Amino acid sequence: MGLETLFGHSYLTTRLDEAVNWARKYSFFQYPFVTACCGMEFMSTWASTYDIARFGAEYPRFSPRQADVLFVVGTVNEKLAPVLKRVYDQMCEPKWVVSFGVCATSGGFYDNYATVQGIDKIIPVDIYIPGCPPRPEAVLDALVKLQEKVSRESVLDRKYR
Amino acid sequence: MNSYLLDAFKARFPEDTLETSSFRGDETVVIRKEALKAAALFLRDELGFDFLMDLTAVDYLPRQPRFELVCHFYSSKHNYRLRLKCPVTAEDPSAASLTPVWAGANWFEREVWDMFGIRFEGHPDLRRLLMYDGFEGHPLRKDYPLKKRQPRIAHRD
Repeated sequence: MGLETLFGHSYLTTRLDEAVNWARKYSFFQYPFVTACCGMEFMSTWASTYDIARFGAEYPRFSPRQADVLFVVGTVNEKLAPVLKRVYDQMCEPKWVVSFGVCATSGGFYDNYATVQGIDKIIPVDIYIPGCPPRPEAVLDALVKLQEKVSRESVLDRKYR
Repeated sequence: MNSYLLDAFKARFPEDTLETSSFRGDETVVIRKEALKAAALFLRDELGFDFLMDLTAVDYLPRQPRFELVCHFYSSKHNYRLRLKCPVTAEDPSAASLTPVWAGANWFEREVWDMFGIRFEGHPDLRRLLMYDGFEGHPLRKDYPLKKRQPRIAHRD
């Protein structure tokens, strides 16, 4: 805080982590990996009533190489698992994963031969959203929680896990 | 109740018709699987059926014969329906393909092969439809283990 008093209002000092995390957490580019009915609630969260743009996360990138957050929305079955893994691997660091709804989180009631019992069997997950499907409020809550998580990270962290 | 269809069927396939029934206009014929293709042709060419609505199977384990193929036909000309069933044994899980008669049977039969392991002789391309290459067994069979998983890629921890 000392420098501002020396140089007037032309300067602002902060920690590098704070500045970088501030930029990261308010400009999530998301990759929507939408496979099932949860997609409806996801779209609703996106649309004007709930307006995910208020949190700076409205911008979908349909190339994983340009995305920061992978939203896995819906059931993932064993046939699809390699695709999800590849999409995750194509994303650049730093990257985060949100598991949207119980199917992505644990397989939900699809406890059967075809369904992956939670996408964390395939890729690491940062935030889980429960619900079948989750309310848009729950999605926004998860987004805020993800922002909190990002703000606790350091640019020096070796990503990750 | 109108049993014109059932009568016509019995008259045409007296040997092969095992059973007929009609419940509130829901007409069902059970035939021997050897006559399946001939029956399908009969329905299409002589009784005016023009739509194969569904072709699927049921596993009745431990009943003998174990499987039953179920075909639903519809005639848009006459607005009537017919259900055709034929028993298939566990020892010889196969039947004649209906794909040469009804092109729409193609994927239905692939699904039945995938899920129940019933082969269709004469099918042009009998591959799995839903499950992936390398999947072993047929998951809708009653003796497929409930908890059996066959992941394509290694799961984490």
